[in-house]
Amino acid sequence: MSRGLTELTVSEAGDRLAESEVTAEALTEAHLAAAEAARALNIFVCETPDRALEQARASDARRASGEILGPLDGIPIAVKDLFCTEDVPTTAASHILDGFTAPYESTVSAKLKAAGAVMVGKTNLDEFAMGSSNATSYFGPVKNPWRGKTGKDLVPGGSSGGSAAAVAARTCLAAIGTDTGGSIRQPASLCGVVGMKPTYGRCSRWGIVAFASSLDQAGPITRTVRDAAIVLGVIAGHDPRDSTSARVEVPDFETALRAGDVRGLKVGIPKEYRVDGTPDEIEELWERGADWLRDAGASVEAISLPHTEYALPAYYIVAPAEASSNLARYDGVRFGLRVPGESLDEMYENTRGRGFGPEVRRRVLIGTYVLSAGYYDAYYVKAQRVRTLIARDFHKAFERVDVVLTPTTPSAAFPIGEKMDDPIAMYLNDVFTVPANLSGLPGISVPAGLDADGLPLGLHLIGRPFDEETVLRAAQALENAAKFSGVPDFVEARR
Amino acid sequence: MPLDIETVRNIAFLARIKVPEDELEALAGELSNILGWVDQLAGVDTEGVEPMTSVVEMTLHEREDVVNEGERPEDVLANAPEREDGFFAVPKVVE
Repeated sequence: MSRGLTELTVSEAGDRLAESEVTAEALTEAHLAAAEAARALNIFVCETPDRALEQARASDARRASGEILGPLDGIPIAVKDLFCTEDVPTTAASHILDGFTAPYESTVSAKLKAAGAVMVGKTNLDEFAMGSSNATSYFGPVKNPWRGKTGKDLVPGGSSGGSAAAVAARTCLAAIGTDTGGSIRQPASLCGVVGMKPTYGRCSRWGIVAFASSLDQAGPITRTVRDAAIVLGVIAGHDPRDSTSARVEVPDFETALRAGDVRGLKVGIPKEYRVDGTPDEIEELWERGADWLRDAGASVEAISLPHTEYALPAYYIVAPAEASSNLARYDGVRFGLRVPGESLDEMYENTRGRGFGPEVRRRVLIGTYVLSAGYYDAYYVKAQRVRTLIARDFHKAFERVDVVLTPTTPSAAFPIGEKMDDPIAMYLNDVFTVPANLSGLPGISVPAGLDADGLPLGLHLIGRPFDEETVLRAAQALENAAKFSGVPDFVEARR
Repeated sequence: MPLDIETVRNIAFLARIKVPEDELEALAGELSNILGWVDQLAGVDTEGVEPMTSVVEMTLHEREDVVNEGERPEDVLANAPEREDGFFAVPKVVE
């Protein structure tokens, strides 16, 4: 019955473990087998079967002695290879981190470990999380488990494409990603799973390979909203090692979900998110989403977020600027790749020239330019001012509504290789998700339907800072109404 | 404002990334496109708007000024591409 085990949700698996109907070891073996069978999708940078089985047996032993560490004890999960993990290499999918194994564990992965979660492996991603297709990985692209009627190999989205594909392909029950401009929500949408970016500061960034420090945030990718609530409850919380992690209490997200419905909830539909060129199917799904929430007792009203169109250009100044600064540490001296040179400068240049892929190079150069003398005010300071305006738009909107409903992405999954020679076309994938990062707000993508090609589409909710409870509640209402039951072609074929 | 090859060469030097000569022109085109696209921000009225300095409202706390970690030279050096006598080794910088 190993196939059955990979079809469970986190909460169902937790119940079965509690009832002694299954062991963590059997659950883990089923997922390790699924991961092995899915190798053609290139989901994992590194599978960790031995460690996983060891963790699973330890979980079973704990349970036998009546000691249970929480709802993830014995649950197989995958971790984006952007989180530093002790004893397992961390690559950020970059050549420049060749041979690097962190001597410490990131706070988020440490919390998962301490909660008894079983790590089946570390997932592929866009290099340094820079990309929306997973195609910039040094280890090659991930294939989406969905092909639909296209018959082509499609991107899983990015940058947490490996994590989203891992959950969709049933190689784990949940995964952890990071979201800087949509990197959890966009791949979740393209792979037909749930992906949540919590409020900036909700989860510690300590031990996550930094891309853009004022935007990066860790979050769960799961198959249900309830599972997202469960995982978020484990990974959230203040961490003295991250000065930007918030000193706010972590509510019991799962209980909040169980207790609440959406009667009386006010939902805003931002008119500026009607973007030219968005397929009718996505517009229609968006309207259906509003109807679903209305039918569930919420009220829906039009709102305005007037600076929306400037979010992407502001993002493509702020994120590369912060990246150019963060990535200065890859110099061939302390870790990773070193390419020799005659002088120290030449060694730096050779190492970074060889070690960074084209997209990372592009962004570091853009960032270097916008921060350089004479351009700092015109680009960087200007973008930060625009960012204030974008955040202010949301602040005003949240005086009237409780959540904002939008599509997650402007298209379904597209073929691997497409948009690679047009960076701006690729950047437009994040048009609906970037504003939440610029404003630090929580957002979630919920699978809501299939397009004419049979590919999944997500709906996206944005909430007030530190109000993940409301976002999750509304997400569950969407989930209940959408009754999304699509199964990826890859999984269907194996049945 | 399009970037010329000389500017790209200079940015690449500032970023310490070696870019092969035959890639400079294409790269200048790509970077110019991106900068041309972000230039639309110039049209936003930001008069009197403060640049964002903190994403969510929070007060930064100061920690106690005490040593909380350290004495782990082996861990610090464990990933070094080259090391010597407990130091990171680099190409000679002083004549």
